[in-house]
Amino acid sequence: MFGKLTLSAFLHGPIETVPQLMIVGGALGALALLTYFRLWGWFYREWLTTVDHKKIAVMYFILAGVMLLRGAVDAAMMRVQQAIAVPGSEGYLSPDHYAQIFTAHGVIMIFFVAMPFMFALINLATPLLIGARDVAYPFLNSLSFWLTVAGAVLINLSLVVGEFAATGWLAYPPLSELAYSPGVGVDYYIWALQIAGVGTLLAGINFIATIIKMRAPGMTMMRMPIFAWTTLASMILVVFAFPILTVTLALLGLDRTLGMHFFTTELGGNAMMYVNLIWAWGHPEVYILILPAFGIFSEIVPVFSRKRLFGYTSMVVATMCIAVLSFLVWVHHFFTMGASANVNAFFGIMTMVIAIPTGVKVFNWLFTMFRGRITFETPMLWFMGFLSTFILGGMSGVLMSIPGIDFQVHNSLFLVAHFHNMIIGGVLFGFFAGFAYWFPKLFGFRLNERLGKYAFWCWLIGFLTAFVPLYALGLMGATRRLNVVDPSWQPLFIVAAVGLCIIAAGIFLQALQLFVSIRDRKQNPAGNDPWGGRTLEWSVSSPPPAHNFAAIPHIYSRDAFWNYKEDGGGMEVGPAHGEIEMPTQTIVGVLISLCALALGFAAVWHIWWLAALALAAIVACLIARSFETNIEEKITV
Amino acid sequence: MSNHNTTDKVSFGFWAYLMSDAVLFAGLFATYAVLQGQVFGGYGIGDIVDIPFVAVESVLLLASSFTIGLALLAARHGKRALALSALLITLALGLGFLGMEVHEFAALIGEGQGPDKSAFLSAFFTLLGTHGLHVALGSLWMVVLMAHIAFKGLTEGVLRKLTCLALFWHFLDVIWIFIFTIVYMLGAL
Repeated sequence: MFGKLTLSAFLHGPIETVPQLMIVGGALGALALLTYFRLWGWFYREWLTTVDHKKIAVMYFILAGVMLLRGAVDAAMMRVQQAIAVPGSEGYLSPDHYAQIFTAHGVIMIFFVAMPFMFALINLATPLLIGARDVAYPFLNSLSFWLTVAGAVLINLSLVVGEFAATGWLAYPPLSELAYSPGVGVDYYIWALQIAGVGTLLAGINFIATIIKMRAPGMTMMRMPIFAWTTLASMILVVFAFPILTVTLALLGLDRTLGMHFFTTELGGNAMMYVNLIWAWGHPEVYILILPAFGIFSEIVPVFSRKRLFGYTSMVVATMCIAVLSFLVWVHHFFTMGASANVNAFFGIMTMVIAIPTGVKVFNWLFTMFRGRITFETPMLWFMGFLSTFILGGMSGVLMSIPGIDFQVHNSLFLVAHFHNMIIGGVLFGFFAGFAYWFPKLFGFRLNERLGKYAFWCWLIGFLTAFVPLYALGLMGATRRLNVVDPSWQPLFIVAAVGLCIIAAGIFLQALQLFVSIRDRKQNPAGNDPWGGRTLEWSVSSPPPAHNFAAIPHIYSRDAFWNYKEDGGGMEVGPAHGEIEMPTQTIVGVLISLCALALGFAAVWHIWWLAALALAAIVACLIARSFETNIEEKITV
Repeated sequence: MSNHNTTDKVSFGFWAYLMSDAVLFAGLFATYAVLQGQVFGGYGIGDIVDIPFVAVESVLLLASSFTIGLALLAARHGKRALALSALLITLALGLGFLGMEVHEFAALIGEGQGPDKSAFLSAFFTLLGTHGLHVALGSLWMVVLMAHIAFKGLTEGVLRKLTCLALFWHFLDVIWIFIFTIVYMLGAL
């Protein structure tokens, strides 16, 4: 009846029980609050059924924020363990629990913090930047979001029922095969990522179609803001890379569920095939995350320098070069596999080549600032922080692209420091900049600048304190994923833990900034154009109306809104037409995602009747949706 | 927003989806190519290939691509009965193909050569099975669309869906041609 699921799956040791109770308590608490304040109707009408890209953006922000807290707690547990665990006093985490934590940290930070944060910003900005009223497929957009939520719920369920994978964030076989990971942890991993991955793929298709097909009249490709370009490149990478992830995880799932032999150590399986496939997705994934961050900076730097972007065309070319090259470097993640010297040399050189278009971008931003009238509001501070840390991380990356050097630092903390340098200093700082930049547009009031600046400095100093020691430790021979460290390394691990405390202060200040800004929102109205913006989103009210533009503007140049403010050129806004067709709200996205969650849970625990039922329900929802005729309604403006 | 725009947007997005599906199959083909020789005492591809059998399968599927083209043509000219019967023939051909594939799989499993026997058989069953699953889903979609045509007539929305289904069906044909070449033809050499 319940497959492999028994009561003992709910019982954990004392350290696991605390978060277990917190998750159950948090979920119940949220439901109780909704009931107590009688907000279910509001929640249903305004959020569950919405297809408005701006509201979906808000929900992506909340998802990313909540999961950031979860991932940060995982990070803190690891830092504490490594700071106190030396031979003879082995810390407070068992090796297996420690392994689950570093796995969960990586999976959550990439799939359920960085990706939702990115889609929040893309949802928020893309239609406004290109002069569209919504995305190309509003219903799919809602479905994408709720599928991501279903994946996130499944991964958190693993804390409550059963266990999570203890394999590292990419679940390499043969460790992740049934023979070495007999529990349900890897199955949770597979199904959470499959469900969220489908959501991501659909979102990728959606935004490509939005950017190609929904631009305002007159906005040629070469008049698009750079953020639209980098989003386009990133979404093309999604469409080409995520199916590879789907295949890879499906094959691993077939090995584990149906006893097949793709990656097993017996009967001809080939574990290195998995490593190749997963990185053929995994490397483009890095660029999926960083390209939109580059786009955000390309919007922010001109605005806060009061100058047009230097080298627009080279920025576009560089973006597309990076997108192509990102598919030609995956082997650099495992130079030590034992491929021939020529193969390693090819991938090493390709890796170094990526530094060229990236360098083009850095110099373009610098030249944009050159002789500009620069002001240092929070978004610009994040950019400056990004520029210095990202270049440091880029240098260490070029260093490791040399196979001979990589053999020395492979799987060491030097590598861990490098990719955190790119993901925190690059991606996360970029997204924080975008959040600070577009927040007034989305909500209609400004964020508290002073607390924002304090938070930035905590993040920057905390990041350097936490990760520069890891570069040193890596060179001293510390490998990643150690639950007990050599006593001679302990001082540097303690420094890293102090760095984490400073980052934690930064996160606290960001939460406080949100609280204070919401409390004082009446005193800090944003107005339409709080920063002196250059692009279309600043031409409409803050927050924008549901239909964004009462009349779609006609575009004559880049930085159309800036030129319009300067001399009335750049764009032309006709009179509003009166009637606009807008997509109708629908609950189907939520229903399908609920069924997907049930399907994932059932497949993890081998409850096959429930899996079949959930699958049938998904098909039924889709068929019912296909018969829906009332998918657009007219509103009057 | 005019209906023409919607059609344009939907077919563009569907093409993008098909590209992603092509990448998915590329991953499966790559896996098959790598694991092809790993038979470990089980059947190799040479023991499986039965060219006349596969030829019939191919004819069924290729013919169904022709008939769905006819269905689309008829639908665009507003000939509802003709479109429905062409779709019915397409469905029958598709189900015939699926029946043959299921028969082939069942026979192999009956001989103790299931997908858990060796890495080669895992890759063989998964590549063909994924294609077969697509054909099955396409068939289900076809049934739903026939209901649309029967109840709602050939509205612009229905035509849009039919165009997407036809694209999908042709795409599965292309994948089958790759399977026929890479798995069966090269396997028979």
